[in-house]
Amino acid sequence: IFPPPQHNADPQKTAFLLRKQWTLYSVTPLYGFSNARLKHYARLLSAFIAAEKQKGLAVEVGVELDIKVAVSTIPDLKGSDRDQDAILVQLSLRSPASPKNSEEKLVWSGCFCCVSGDHLSENLPEDFTCLPLFLANGAERYTSIVGSWFQKTFDCCFRRLAISPLNLSWMAAMWTGCQVDKTTSAMELVFSAPCLPYPLDISYAIHPEDAKALWDTVQKTPGEITQEEVDVFMDCLYSHFHRHFKIHLSATKLVKVSTAIASAHCEGIIKFLQSKYLSGVLMLLTELAISQIQ
Amino acid sequence: MWRRQSFETLKKPPQVHYKNQTDLSAWRKGRRTDPEKSVQSHQSPNDQEHDSEQDSLEEALSYFEQVQARVSLKKNNVLQKHLTTVESIALQRGLPPEGFDVLLKVALSGKLADTVNTRLLKSLVPASVIPETSVVSAVSWLCVSKCSGNIQLLFLRWLITMFDFIDHKEELHALYGFFFSFLQDEKMCPYVCHLLYLLTRKESVKPFRIRRLLDLQVKMGMQSHLQALLSLYKLFCPELVTITLPGKMKTYFKNSEGPWKAAINTVRRRNQANSPVFQTLLLGTGQPQSRKRKWNTQLMIPASSTNRNNLEEDREKNCVKLYSRDESFPVEQLQTFSQLLQNIHHLEFPSQMGSVLTNPLLLHYMNCIKDESVYLRLYYWMGQTLQEECTWCVADNNQYEEEFKDFLETVYKTECFLQEGFSSCEEFLYKSLPLWNGVCCRSQVLRLVSWIPLSSFSEMKSHFYDPLVQLFFTSSLYFKCSVIESLKELLQNWLNRHMIHLDSESDSQVHSLNTTLSGLVNMVAELIHFVGWISTVALHLENNHTFLLYFILDFYETVCDIYLRYNLPLLIMPPPGVFYPALLSMDSVNLNQLCYIMYRYRTNLVAAKENEQSKKQMLQFKFSSQTYQEYNQFIIAMVGCLWTSSAFQKDTHPQGLRMDDELLKKTTVKEFKTSFNIVNHPAMMGYAVRFLQQAWPDDTTFNFSLIKGRKWDWYLEYLYSQGLKGLKVFIESSINRVSQASHSKAENVQV
Repeated sequence: IFPPPQHNADPQKTAFLLRKQWTLYSVTPLYGFSNARLKHYARLLSAFIAAEKQKGLAVEVGVELDIKVAVSTIPDLKGSDRDQDAILVQLSLRSPASPKNSEEKLVWSGCFCCVSGDHLSENLPEDFTCLPLFLANGAERYTSIVGSWFQKTFDCCFRRLAISPLNLSWMAAMWTGCQVDKTTSAMELVFSAPCLPYPLDISYAIHPEDAKALWDTVQKTPGEITQEEVDVFMDCLYSHFHRHFKIHLSATKLVKVSTAIASAHCEGIIKFLQSKYLSGVLMLLTELAISQIQ
Repeated sequence: MWRRQSFETLKKPPQVHYKNQTDLSAWRKGRRTDPEKSVQSHQSPNDQEHDSEQDSLEEALSYFEQVQARVSLKKNNVLQKHLTTVESIALQRGLPPEGFDVLLKVALSGKLADTVNTRLLKSLVPASVIPETSVVSAVSWLCVSKCSGNIQLLFLRWLITMFDFIDHKEELHALYGFFFSFLQDEKMCPYVCHLLYLLTRKESVKPFRIRRLLDLQVKMGMQSHLQALLSLYKLFCPELVTITLPGKMKTYFKNSEGPWKAAINTVRRRNQANSPVFQTLLLGTGQPQSRKRKWNTQLMIPASSTNRNNLEEDREKNCVKLYSRDESFPVEQLQTFSQLLQNIHHLEFPSQMGSVLTNPLLLHYMNCIKDESVYLRLYYWMGQTLQEECTWCVADNNQYEEEFKDFLETVYKTECFLQEGFSSCEEFLYKSLPLWNGVCCRSQVLRLVSWIPLSSFSEMKSHFYDPLVQLFFTSSLYFKCSVIESLKELLQNWLNRHMIHLDSESDSQVHSLNTTLSGLVNMVAELIHFVGWISTVALHLENNHTFLLYFILDFYETVCDIYLRYNLPLLIMPPPGVFYPALLSMDSVNLNQLCYIMYRYRTNLVAAKENEQSKKQMLQFKFSSQTYQEYNQFIIAMVGCLWTSSAFQKDTHPQGLRMDDELLKKTTVKEFKTSFNIVNHPAMMGYAVRFLQQAWPDDTTFNFSLIKGRKWDWYLEYLYSQGLKGLKVFIESSINRVSQASHSKAENVQV
């Protein structure tokens, strides 16, 4: 399920993704995007942000503005050489007191990537760039400005990437089976009871070693997972819960899965915790993003 | 052209006049053009009046040419007279091109009082065009500031209003810098901005000018005229400046047509044919947003704006293209079809393809440029929008139903315009139909159905027919009618598409569709069988409702003519579940429709048979003998029912009307034998009654048996005159009347 990276990726280069909360979007192929013009994009985007913040006032492109935009590639963030280089957009705030020499404060980052999603670009003409997964960290306001600019400039569409309960249960099963060096945190599943006048969330925490033991009895062929196995795994957890609390979790909605690998929320929010499994999780998310586009 | 010569003796610049030759003669329409002839000869009173006006205008112009400084209006009757002449002629007919130089000069030179200058400027309404040179010299007068501030302002407003009447603008463009320098004057600034807005071209946008405007912006704050000019700069050079306009902006410049509006309209009406089209502001503020929505909402169809993304790249690469990018025509300026034709070689698609939906000119363009990227961009945008905004697939979207309806409507109209369905729309229907309640955006969804592209049946069945059937059987009569109508349009669109491909068979595009003729025949046949099946069931469910039957027969009007009208070797008879309810319908409209359909079936079958006999090549698509057999069974039933009164005896169809006499006797209907013919058929009985009333007004017994022999023929003529054209063509083609006298000997013709 998690193929070893096909090229020598430097974990340092992708470490910025870890331990932060990312909001997920799917993005249709960018039209007319060129890796050779990132600096130009940064200048335009920075002026666009300034113009958006002070609607009605014109802004000269290329001057120093209080928001600095950096656009760069992350060649290490991909599944194979057929994937496009990931693009990182970072907004940082210049301190107004001493704009020249003071350090900048990172306020927002966004990352366009494609991990083993090359089948999306298979029959597309060259002027399209396929980076179907977009992750954003920072104020929604900036996401909206940067997203609008990309939509206008590269004729693409952003859509929030929600994760269905079915996919969450897959994640729960997959991540349970992963080897983690030091097991510290418990595996947690959060369920939400539907159709109630008040919100009722049920948190179900399982010791990771117990969960792993259960999964090992369910999984028949290592390295391969079937829907049936995932169902059996979840059913076992449900019946265990029912034995203790007399609540049928199968009648509720799975909204969040947290493991030592990553945690994912159904609204399309993810937190990566293990650098080793980063590309594996991104590959799954790329897959989900592509299925939302096609 | 003596008038020109007389003017040239007065004034210097000759080059203007040559340019305006045609305009001058147009203005002097009705006057003799031969200088040899005397002025007074052969003229109508109207012409004479014009001539006297003409002469007094000339006098006035030469007066203003030579007028000395500071003549008082009140004391000077001559000035008053000439001023009134200029005013009255200008406001009624407009001034000739030659007048402007003199009048502008005198108005801006400060020789006369401001009241006179104002009146002169206000009467500067062109009959045809304004020579550029007169404007240029006026600007030089403006620069020396001999006139008052008010006159300067009035002149600028005049220039803005009359901009489109100026015959050439090259030299005026050369004065861009002069105008730009007037920006620092606070009062003139709004008008200068407007003027610059009209004059600005790509090459006018310079970094130092941008900086100057930004300084002004800092000084004066948010001003709509500065915003407009800066937005235009952004349009031409987004790599130098950017601005986001607030959503509520409506006008950027105050109405500057001012005192000339009425006069211009009058003159424009006079020479409507060649009046210049006023340049419209090409800045689109974002469309008014009804309410705050997500930033990535795609329901807002983007405004057309130029894709400037590649500008700099080309410059960097220094590549030589066939055409210069700088020449490319901004889509924002594309307003008319002639503009499209003139600029089609250097037109670019907008930065967001979705905007073509609301721009018919770009749709035309899209139709000629078969670019894969164009369709892909539209495909992704539309696919995402439909899914994201679908009101029945996405929770919380139901409050936006009206917007979504409008959007579906727009998509449908675009499909009609392009005469092809979008694959993103097809996918959307497949995805959303299983979740559809049949109510939400009903007419829009059903219209989109009619543009589903041809695809393989297995896909259609599981994605389209199956979910549709569930809704169809459980919904109202009107829904059923709408579905049948949509499916009829779907069938027609498929057939039309096939016709177009037949026409352009040499094109390589045909093969890209990857549909063979037999594949197409199969898909069309499946659709027809599907409609036949749901129609049969629906007629059962709705108790053979006339209205429903009308829509079903309408569908078969297309089906029966496929071979001849669409050149497709396919003929499918309606199922007995449709044929018999129509034949026994209580409504003459349905019966008439059925007659017409059977007539067309006959015509198609006869043509097919002839073709088969003449050329043997199309043998793989020979109609099966079963089709002929079905037709013949139906025709026997029809003739029995309408003509020979033998429906119960001769009908051979297994689901037909054939009944034993024993059984019929048990019904206790007296004359069951004649209960179905053209007179006694329930759908026709009304006509028979009216016919009897007219033929035997005194007879109230309604003896239908009177209609026979010659009366039968009269009755037929009567029926035809009542608009039963289908019946007419059916009887004339399918019934072989051996003897005019005895209708019972008539025989049906089988093919």
